[in-house]
Amino acid sequence: MKTIYLDNNATTQVAPEVLEAMLPYFHEFYGNPSSMHAFGGQVARRLREARAQVAALIGASPEELIFTSCGTESDNTAIRSALTAYPFKRHIVTSRVEHPAIHALVACLAKEGYRLTELPVDGQGRLNMEQYARSLTPDTAIVSLMWANNETGVIFPVEEAAALAQARGILFHTDAVQAVGKIPIDMRHNLIDLLSISGHKLHGPKGIGALYVRQGTKFSPFLIGGHQEKGRRAGTENTPSIIGFGKACELAARNLEKENTTVKFLRDKLENALLARIPLSQVNGDRLNRLPNTSNISFAYVEGEAILLMLNEFGICASSGSACTSGSLQPSHVLRAMGVPFTMAHGSIRFSLSVYNTEAEIDFVIDKLPPIIARLRVLSPYWQPGAEAGGAF
Amino acid sequence: MWEYSDKVKDHFLNPRNVGEVVNPDGEALVGSLACGDALKLTFKLDENHRIKEARFKTFGCASAIAAASGLTEMIKGMTIEEAAKVTNQDIADYLGGLPQEKLHCSVMGREALEKAIANYQGIPTAAAEEKIICECFGVTEKEIERVVRENQLTTVEEVTNYTKAGGGCGNCHEAIAEIIDRVRAEARPAARPQLSNIQKIKLIEETIDREIRPSLKQDGGDIELIDVIGNRVLVATRGACAVCQASHLTLKQFVEAKLKELVWPELTVEEVS
Repeated sequence: MKTIYLDNNATTQVAPEVLEAMLPYFHEFYGNPSSMHAFGGQVARRLREARAQVAALIGASPEELIFTSCGTESDNTAIRSALTAYPFKRHIVTSRVEHPAIHALVACLAKEGYRLTELPVDGQGRLNMEQYARSLTPDTAIVSLMWANNETGVIFPVEEAAALAQARGILFHTDAVQAVGKIPIDMRHNLIDLLSISGHKLHGPKGIGALYVRQGTKFSPFLIGGHQEKGRRAGTENTPSIIGFGKACELAARNLEKENTTVKFLRDKLENALLARIPLSQVNGDRLNRLPNTSNISFAYVEGEAILLMLNEFGICASSGSACTSGSLQPSHVLRAMGVPFTMAHGSIRFSLSVYNTEAEIDFVIDKLPPIIARLRVLSPYWQPGAEAGGAF
Repeated sequence: MWEYSDKVKDHFLNPRNVGEVVNPDGEALVGSLACGDALKLTFKLDENHRIKEARFKTFGCASAIAAASGLTEMIKGMTIEEAAKVTNQDIADYLGGLPQEKLHCSVMGREALEKAIANYQGIPTAAAEEKIICECFGVTEKEIERVVRENQLTTVEEVTNYTKAGGGCGNCHEAIAEIIDRVRAEARPAARPQLSNIQKIKLIEETIDREIRPSLKQDGGDIELIDVIGNRVLVATRGACAVCQASHLTLKQFVEAKLKELVWPELTVEEVS
């Protein structure tokens, strides 16, 4: 059975060009870039190129990038570093819809005694910028707001938010793991201090990420040890992955236009067709201000895991914000923060596309999903044909 | 992805007895939209008072659908008395087992069956007066007591897997732990031989070695017995336990529970550094 992969916000396939770029650095050029000999030195040269490739994608200078093991490490490093840099400031501002890499981290910091403001979002997943501005205090050490939401794709106005923080002398971090490579980002034109990137979300390998640290930003390392990354992140460089990450960023820069045209076209086609064919369905999140590849749709009175497993029978891969799939017993914290009613939250499906998806695949899903929802609704004790979507909380 | 048995997959993809019996003899709806799963069960008896027809409608995940489908197959042909004896474990067994985190689906099946039988017998359900322990999922003290007793549960996590209780805000964890302690205490034989101090210490040491340390070591932790004063067991945490913020929970919910169960019910565990 052919796999139709529409779960690219979870992870992506490594691009063939990326794999090709990486392979020689496992077996052939395995030297340590820190070594004095030319055998290692040639790898150091390739790392410099990779760093420049990543930097170019976001308009940074190469020295502003620190390679890490993943987006989560970048997030942890950024927040911990800010708190260490300003030890007398005890307040953190973030939102209720952050990825667990921030959400769970700040919950842990709150237990350590930090004061926490988790900004609410409206029904479309948007921040209230006035409320945000009011939350900033002289005691605020750092603001961390995600650039784009992993579940809904909703984009936060982080550049505007960073400017407000900067004016008050507060460090600003953004988890841009879902945004980089999908929408244009240029660090020369904003005031963001710290930004997290992940390799495997943009057709690079897993196990590699980067943290952008704006020149002049006070920084305190998370991993202590060797002098790698100019002493800002110890540990022998993951050379094949860094090289692959660099290549992936180069490809992403080239494909950026496609994201907003081809990918967006397919996403919109999928979304509009499903909304038209399936009664009592809705899109979760601000449709006007969203990543071009993400669609989070809810189908009332059915449960997400059941939908996913039936899609799985056709080789279609997606994910859900339902309780049964979230690993907890509650539906997604993002949908709950948006006030999506339980009737809808349990039946939410996230499709996330990539440049590798084809129109034929989208047509296949448009064909297969409506009968699945109809079938599950026949099973559901709450489903009455012609029923209105209630607000059952 | 969950590891579902072939039988669960089969009942999910080809559910049996979907729908509602017309003019049912017994019917019940358990669960809710908010909880993420719900089951409506209806049945009809034949002239010999055996269940002739049973049908279900389920809102929920694959295992909730499979558990309901399996249940309707199981009870067909049973008398009311026989059906009343079906346990959640029977449902899980019928399906070739369920993942730990999904056992609440089998409990939901048993609850629906019980309520439908009560409905047939004309017994009003007294749910309104029962004490709710878990506010998030509306789970009562009675329900928790019952799963603990029937399935010999010993931890809060297990209770969550079986009933969802404690799976939301977590405020009821302590109350659940108390219920477990109480039910486990009932289950123990009343008359225990008195232990001498030496016997008690020896038994504590053996229990730590055999039952407790291997589990802790899996997570990189360890524990050392420092002293026993009366029923107070003084221990020191080592390895990962020594720096783990949740270690006091481990000490209370795991170490102490094990020692109470296997050595002496009045034992308490205290950490000394």
